[in-house]
Amino acid sequence: PDSGSFQTAGKKPPVTEPVDSVETVEETNKTEGGRPIKSPMVGIFYISPAPDEAPFVEVGQAVSKGDVLCIIEAMKIMNQIESDISGVVRRIMVENGEPVEYGQPLFLIGES
Amino acid sequence: MLDKVVIANRGEIALRILRACQELGIKTVAIHSEADREQKHVFLADESVCIGPAASADSYLNIPAVISAAEVTDAVGIHPGYGFLAENADFAERIEQSGFTLIGPRPETIRLMGDKLSAIKAMKKVGIPCLPGSDGPVGNNGDVLDIARDIGYPVIIKAAGGGGGRGMRVVHSEAALMKAISLTKVEAASAFANDTVYMEKYLLQPRHIEVQVLADEHGNAIYLGERDCSMQRRHQKIIEEAPAPGIDKSTRREIGERCVEACLSIGYRSAGTFEFLYDEGNFYFIEMNTRIQVEHPVTEMITGVDIVKEQLQIASGEDLSYRQEDIGIWGHAIECRINAEDPDNFMPSPGMIEHYHPPGGPGIRVDTHVYQGYHVPPYYDSLIGKLIAHAETRELALARMSIALSEIIIEGIKTNVPLHQRLLKDAAFKAGGTDIHYLEKKLGLK
Repeated sequence: PDSGSFQTAGKKPPVTEPVDSVETVEETNKTEGGRPIKSPMVGIFYISPAPDEAPFVEVGQAVSKGDVLCIIEAMKIMNQIESDISGVVRRIMVENGEPVEYGQPLFLIGES
Repeated sequence: MLDKVVIANRGEIALRILRACQELGIKTVAIHSEADREQKHVFLADESVCIGPAASADSYLNIPAVISAAEVTDAVGIHPGYGFLAENADFAERIEQSGFTLIGPRPETIRLMGDKLSAIKAMKKVGIPCLPGSDGPVGNNGDVLDIARDIGYPVIIKAAGGGGGRGMRVVHSEAALMKAISLTKVEAASAFANDTVYMEKYLLQPRHIEVQVLADEHGNAIYLGERDCSMQRRHQKIIEEAPAPGIDKSTRREIGERCVEACLSIGYRSAGTFEFLYDEGNFYFIEMNTRIQVEHPVTEMITGVDIVKEQLQIASGEDLSYRQEDIGIWGHAIECRINAEDPDNFMPSPGMIEHYHPPGGPGIRVDTHVYQGYHVPPYYDSLIGKLIAHAETRELALARMSIALSEIIIEGIKTNVPLHQRLLKDAAFKAGGTDIHYLEKKLGLK
């Protein structure tokens, strides 16, 4: 049997974000020089504390280690996600209200 | 029919569940750890969600992560497979509280059967025969000596929160009894967070015979015959077969009907298995498994029933597809569990499968998630697939299995295929009816 067809038997399933917005973290690091903040859980990503409030952070904003960057809602609990490094927000990698999986890059934090 | 189901498991059973969902037009969500991104069912699923790092505790056993994945994908049902959270009553409860449907029994039933003592009590109440035993917890007091004398040595001390062969100790004489109880309690407290232990008669040469049942939410319950799973090493099944050699039609009907009555009286739902020790013509209930089991394919082959599809239909609120009179037993089926392990010392053998070629032909079924180039991860149990052979007679099924074992190629890792080839040639196994200690004696482990 053609063993090649075995491995291509299924398409890579669409992860929770559209395909064209996915790029490797290494590529992003090279172009924008940052480290990714990855999601520690499965849930819904929110950039603001509440719908009509200002976002926790914006691109270009300086953040310190321990600053809250976003909320991930899981099982009705709003979990505040803190930055584990200090730097400048280079990129916000998910849309507000988008589902995220464990390990998914949320932010790119570059050096100040 | 359920619209979308989260497959809360991995490996071969996740692929099995996916296939059944696809047949029924149910959308699939494959949840997986970081180490399992390249599983076959993850590639084939409609959606996939990474729920945690490699460690099971943080992924497949992580209840909030599993439920959160169901929430973000708008799933309706969750199939827990076997192992992991499949028999975790708290998980079942939280699923319901969160508004999802568990593909399985009600949380109360899982809890009832999860405590081995309450399970035995419930079974006795409905007339299922059980082993002579303490009928309750045993402690370190003097009564325990009388209980043991009444039962008659040897006895076995078992953890009420255990099961699946874990948390047990055999006692051959009164002198060893108190110490055995203390040790088993300590181990049980550590392994199951529950130090309750009980005592049962220890049978010297029993066979392990279990009965498969299906029950829906409309008062219908049926039995699908029995399986013989006596070929075990350290309480882990290695070869299973259906029907059990030497069990005649009327015995099958009798024990099957008893199990069905038990299902109806406890309000059982979905697939389940009543496990018995069979000794000198008598069945003794030991525990009930409230989930799909690894060895379900042998029952599927001889009855033609797709047990996983039935589970999905039951969870969708539908009636069983079959009445008892529709169920027939045709031929004989054998299953060999293929593990990624050294065939002699049983050490796990993870790594890349460099060359894979499955067997085929009439009556051969291969339930596996592996493919050429797949990396068997080191974090999970070593089961990489099941090879099933079905034929008109047991003799022919054994022959088909031997041929299939000679055809299968799995290179790059070690597997227990050579062990299976030895067992298929074993005279006692070929004759049928070997007991649960046979394999370990043969391997010189006892």
